[in-house]
This record gives sequence, structure tokens and C-alpha cells, in this order.
Amino acid sequence: MTALLTVLTIAKARDGLVAGDFSAEELTTAHLEAMGSKRDLNAFVTETPELALERARASDARRAGGDVRGAMDGIPVAVKDLFCTEGVLTTAGSHILDGFRPSYESTVTANLIEAGAVMLGKTNMDEFAMGSSNMTSYYGSVKSPWRGSEGQDLVPGGSSGGSAAAVAARVSMGATGTDTGGSIRQPASFCGIVGLKPTYGRCSRWGIVAFASSLDQAGPLTRSVRDAAIMLGAMAGHDAKDSTSAPFALPDFEAALTGDIRGLKVGIPKEYTLDGMSNDIQALWDDGVKWLEEQGAECQELSLPHTKYALPTYYIVAPAEASSNLARYDGVRYGLRVNGASIDEMYENTRGEGFGEEVRRRILIGTYVLSAGYYDAYYLKAQKVRTLIARDFRQAFEVVDVLLTPTAPTAAFAIGEKTDDPVAMYLNDVFTVPASMAGLPAISVPAGLDADGLPLGLHLIGRPFDEETVLRTAEALETAAGFTARPDGVGA
Amino acid sequence: MSLDKDTVRRIAFLARVRVPEDALEPLVGELNKIIGWVEQLSEVDTEGVEPMTSVAEITLPLRTDEVTDGYYSNRVLANAPDNKGPFYAVPKVID
Repeated sequence: MTALLTVLTIAKARDGLVAGDFSAEELTTAHLEAMGSKRDLNAFVTETPELALERARASDARRAGGDVRGAMDGIPVAVKDLFCTEGVLTTAGSHILDGFRPSYESTVTANLIEAGAVMLGKTNMDEFAMGSSNMTSYYGSVKSPWRGSEGQDLVPGGSSGGSAAAVAARVSMGATGTDTGGSIRQPASFCGIVGLKPTYGRCSRWGIVAFASSLDQAGPLTRSVRDAAIMLGAMAGHDAKDSTSAPFALPDFEAALTGDIRGLKVGIPKEYTLDGMSNDIQALWDDGVKWLEEQGAECQELSLPHTKYALPTYYIVAPAEASSNLARYDGVRYGLRVNGASIDEMYENTRGEGFGEEVRRRILIGTYVLSAGYYDAYYLKAQKVRTLIARDFRQAFEVVDVLLTPTAPTAAFAIGEKTDDPVAMYLNDVFTVPASMAGLPAISVPAGLDADGLPLGLHLIGRPFDEETVLRTAEALETAAGFTARPDGVGA
Repeated sequence: MSLDKDTVRRIAFLARVRVPEDALEPLVGELNKIIGWVEQLSEVDTEGVEPMTSVAEITLPLRTDEVTDGYYSNRVLANAPDNKGPFYAVPKVID
């Protein structure tokens, strides 16, 4: 019974709770047991079993009284440790937030609580969401539940790697992530699950530890497209506390899953073919085209000419914003303080000791590109190129409804690889960053396995605030791909 | 453009991040690699292109300038490494 409960989708668990097949407490208990048996993955920074059981019992009590708050009521989820959670340690994967217990709840997690969701714990992540491997966390690397063909430990991707690992390992039914340049979609692809980055503005950023404010967006990681639709509905919505939050009514995302994509126009951007990209990924992409056409969509090749500049643009804009946002960690108001003789020394010591190497690199790059004499050459130039990247997409969406690409240029790699060359690591996000630069909704759907038996994702990008088309198309891919592979020893 | 050791030392000070002297040289290499790579943007013709200032085509809302929150310094100070009464405490700034 317990093992069976952890393999359910959110949609199936909802049905089971409605039918009275099991209680929210039983569902949560099963997941807490799974959490205990998968501790070697290091997916969680903080486990919150008491809080989880308390919320699960409250959900059962509500349900007994006829008050059900929707599909997420009683569903156990994990929360990326970038969301401030009232009274619960929030680290952003960084030493510099040692001991930080927010006195408030982020809007997204407050929305989930309001919807009745049950938080199992806070998931490990790359420090301040800067990374594509989870190797930059102060709390150590997360292991993917998948293993290499020779048994190697693999990265789960990043930065929402703990969230992706927890969902793939059937420890959690869904998890929140955040995506600045691919941090939901790339780990979803590496772990064989669904990851949705909504349109910029769909989910409130209030109470999410900021990395690059013009790019950061929260979204769900789940094991099905339907679950992503359900969970997004509970996370999203206008919030007056975030001035960039979109003042639009939320559609019923689950209702968008009609299964009908006849006449849908799908763009295949030719710039997403990379030299040296594996045949497995090219073949899977071709399959994706075929699957959508077989269901009545019309696919056409098109061009997004500034694609190759998206990644270098991102590595000016994101560090620039990060260097400003991370100025707040000064040893005065929260977290770590390392004393010094003067206030400047205290700042330097605190920040020197509190930030890891990748975060330090990005703060220095950001400080440099914003400094006197370099602002125009780097930052202003990047903001202009960003306009051109967004224009490419706008023009494409005059012709097509959605774009299909691979999610990442490779499958998951071994822990310890790509650590000596920051630029090689950055290339993980080459297919996900362009949509981030334009603020567009995008999803990764598990679609196949490579020659080593590792999951690969396909990636769909949609028009602003058209998550519905993205989800509907994603479900069509999911149905055709029939991805049922699981990591060894998971959900058996 | 390329960064030398003195430039890295200077931007580290601007960012108030202590970098040990022996870590400067490796950082020079890493930062130059990144800067060299992003410099490919110089080949893009951006003549007459407006820099992006907002990714969402939404006008930022205005609200009445009134106090809507506050009056709980205890909660605000709860995470302070050091505080004296209702204030954050820091090393002496003025002699």
C-alpha cells in the first residue's frame, strides 16, 4: 500500500482522496518513509515531517467536514530552498544564509498552503540558484536517482536539482522550482520528469530569494503534464506585493488539456541544431515532430537568428542583476557574520567566507560589467541584444503557435564533471536560456532515453501567458512518447 | 578588453568580497575566459535598437503612497546576527 501511494500522479492521488481510498495522512506518511529511504540522494536541506503531518491531518479534517480546497488539498510536495517559509530554515543553498528562518511566507508557498498542499521539506539546490548541476550547493551535491551505465553517480541538473531528484525518486509528488535560465527545465530533462517555467509574471516573486529579478520565475516539477497544470494553478496568480506580477485572471490550466492539437502550428527553430549534438537528441527531436504531426499539428522550420547570442547575453544580464541583488548579504540583517575591525572589513570577511566560488565569480562579473567605463560596452549592449532575441520570438509567434526544441544538449553527466570550465557548464542551458530572456512560458517533457538509458526531454516554448497551448501540446508529446522509464529501485 | 590582477582586486573590493591573494590569479583566468566569451556580442548590429528594460509588456502599477505594513521590529530583527534594542549593531563606523 505505502509503496503504491508514492508512484501515483497528483491527479490520481486527488481521485483517491476524493474516493476515500486513503487519507492525506497516509499519503504523507508514505512519502515521509520514501524520504527516509532516499536520504543518500541529499535532495533535502531540511525535512519538515511534523509540519507535513500536521498539514495532512488538517486536510483530512477539512475533507471530513466537506471543505476541500481543490486538487492540491492533501498532496505532499517539496519546496525548493529558495522560497522563504515562515519559521523554517531557508538557505538558498548558501553558507551566507546560515540559520535564516524567515518571519514570513513567500506568496507561492502561501498559495500552496491555501490550496491545502503539504510541505515535506526544503530541497537542496545550486547556491543562489547559480548552477546547472547542483554541485555548487554549500550543502553538498545532490545525486540523481538515475545512474550512469557504469553505475556512476550523476548530477540531477540544476539549479532545482533537489526538487527534480525528489520528484523522480518518488519521494514527493511534485515540487516547486525556480527557473532563471533553465533551472526547472534542465533538471526535469536530466531526471525524466516534467518541468514548467511559466510566463514571467505568472507566479509572484515575493518571498523568493532573488537571483536575477528580470528572469526569475517559479514553476512546478511533476511526473505528468496534467500534474504540472494542476500545481501551476495552485502556485500562480496576481500578487500586489510583486509589481511585476501579471494582473490577469488565472485560466483553468487543467481544462486546457483537451488532447486536441489538430491544426496547431509548431515551429522548429533551425538554430537549435548544434555541432556535435548527440544523435540521440537529434533523433528524439525528429520523433517529437513526427508525434505532433501524427496528431494533426503542422510543423515548419523557422529561424530565430539571434539564438546563439542568448547565452552570452544571459551571462551579462544575470550576473549584473545578481551582483545587485546579492549586495543585501552584508552580515547585518540575517545569516552569517564574520567580524572585522571596520564595517568594510566585516562586509568583506562575511561575503568572502559566505559565498561559494561560482557565486563569487558571478558577483565579480556582474560588478565588472556594471562598473564605470564598462556599463555601455557590456550591460547596455546585452540589453539591446535581449531586445533582438525577444523580437525573434515575437516574429516567430506571428507564424506559429508553439516552438519545439530539445531541452538540453546532453543527458545528465557524472558528478564532478565540467567543474574546471565555467563556460562548458553554462552551455547546459543553451536551449533554455533564450525563452528566459524573452520571458516566455516553456516546458520540458520526458520523451525518451539515450543509448546509456538516461532520460532526455523535449522542450516547448509558447506565447506570453499562453501556458494553455504549451500544456496541451506537452500532453500530446507525453502521450505519444509514452515515457514510463524509472530509475532503478524507485517505485518498485 | 581583459582583466588583470589589479582589476580583479579592485572589483572584489567594490563588491566587498574578500578574495585571498593566492586566489586572485586563478580568478583572473576564469573571469577573462567568461568576458572573452561574452564579447562575441560585439558582432551583433544593435544600431538603433532600444535596450530592453522590461521583459513583460505590462505597465508597472502605481499605488497610493501610504503605509500598509510594518510596526513589528521584533520580527524584522529576529534574524540579526547582532542587535541593540530596536537597532542592528555593526562595527564602529564613526570615531
